[in-house]
Amino acid sequence: MRVSPRTTEKLAFGAIWTSGAIAVLVLLFLIGYVVVRGAPEISPEFLFTPPRGGLGGEGGISSCIVSTLWIVVVTMLLLTPLGLGAAIYMAEYAPENRLIGFIRYSVELLAGVPSIVFGLFGYAVFVTVMSLHFSILSGALTLVCLLLPFLTRTAEEALRAVPRAQREAALALGATKWQVVTRVVVPAAMPGIITGVILCIGRTVSESAPLFVTMGGSSGMPDGIMSPGRTLAVHVFYLAMETNALEKALATGAVLVVLILVTNLLTNWISTRLQARMMGAR
Amino acid sequence: MDPKITTRNVDFFYGSVQALRGVTLDVREHSITALIGPSGCGKSTFLRSLNRMNDTIHGARLEGDVHIDGTDIYRDGVDVVELRKRVGMVFQQPNPFPKTIYENVVFGPRVLGETDRTRLDHIAETSLKAAGLWDEVKDELRKSGLALSGGQQQRLCIARALAVEPEVILMDEPCSALDPLSTLRIEELMQVLKKDYTIVIVTHNMQQAARASDWTGFFLMGELIEYGVTAEIFSRPTDKRTEDYITGRFG
Repeated sequence: MRVSPRTTEKLAFGAIWTSGAIAVLVLLFLIGYVVVRGAPEISPEFLFTPPRGGLGGEGGISSCIVSTLWIVVVTMLLLTPLGLGAAIYMAEYAPENRLIGFIRYSVELLAGVPSIVFGLFGYAVFVTVMSLHFSILSGALTLVCLLLPFLTRTAEEALRAVPRAQREAALALGATKWQVVTRVVVPAAMPGIITGVILCIGRTVSESAPLFVTMGGSSGMPDGIMSPGRTLAVHVFYLAMETNALEKALATGAVLVVLILVTNLLTNWISTRLQARMMGAR
Repeated sequence: MDPKITTRNVDFFYGSVQALRGVTLDVREHSITALIGPSGCGKSTFLRSLNRMNDTIHGARLEGDVHIDGTDIYRDGVDVVELRKRVGMVFQQPNPFPKTIYENVVFGPRVLGETDRTRLDHIAETSLKAAGLWDEVKDELRKSGLALSGGQQQRLCIARALAVEPEVILMDEPCSALDPLSTLRIEELMQVLKKDYTIVIVTHNMQQAARASDWTGFFLMGELIEYGVTAEIFSRPTDKRTEDYITGRFG
């Protein structure tokens, strides 16, 4: 049987539309479920007191919010310069030879290693050998190892996507290679780099296993990077597995979702403003 | 008067592929020299060897001599950054940076270390005026350079090149992406600019070479077939291949 192009067109459109609709519905259902079931538990008391423990999961999540913010800030402060630096080297300076090809391949491989394996590595190296103990710093260093391949890769792609014509224009004006990189290539690649950073923030907020084994599970209020801590994601895990307070777990999840949303919006807003200032209004 | 640029027996290779064969040519100061020829004839390669832009291409190699003001620009120890400041370039596709009009123009002076705001403002104004763009953009210097039309973008790129006060301006088919009116504006501009600058332009458009240039060189398969005063080349070419090309028999 032969299918007319017009029928194919309709079928293809139908299939694509359905896939899109399913993706959106799953997302809405997921967020809706978490928010609707969790929302009744959210109160000022829930937000501003630390967990008290126990089988009923008493107390709030204040220390977990603070731990999460700590881990995000420390991880990103370490990760961003390292990832960007590596990406600049790979995209602009690295010679195209076998060694670099091998490094690139290894980095891609590393990005596929399960995060708990990084957690065990972090436990062995940072917590034990380097004696950083269960701490926010140990957790952040572990996440840097976990996310560095991904951020490097994303930033490198963004840098490579900057047209050759832009680089040549700058070179032709008497710019040095470093000036071309810092004044033309990196600014032009900024949207792609920011996207990578936002995705890394999302991963940082949502990782639980590698943080569980490097930050410990202490629910106390952290007072610095050497404090142990329990992030929201880890707390959700705790509540779901060790207590019978599923509603509180869902409420924590809802706060987590909102936190991710706010960070993304904030990062987006900052980068748009930054870009507008750098590039001028269109 | 000594020529501004002299090349002697220039061979150029991309890896094992030879793109130029023994090109010998003199460019006079304060003149417009047009390089014509079919696609792949080496005219752009030749142009880009005058500010060592080909250095950025992996595996590229040049043999022979290229002198500007009597100095061998391929000699060891030549400061390529300094050379490119003296020999500016305008590209085929308008390529303003994704920055404001103002920041585009002062990019060159800035990378060369100029920080004084008043001087930068002055440079921006004089360069945009010289490129014939000032009246159109003077009230919107904070707008993105990419918001301009193609012809305006190309004049912005010319202003950007002028801002570093080069001696030579290389133009690599600067009008091929532009409409006829914008092309005319650029050609008029070239006539003004040649009073202060030496211009070498690669063009696909023979009418453009005939109307706008003082000297014309015809390239074919990496060789400079014929070089002379534009009016002579177009009225009495000495080489059969030049005649075939300019009369439109091939290319």
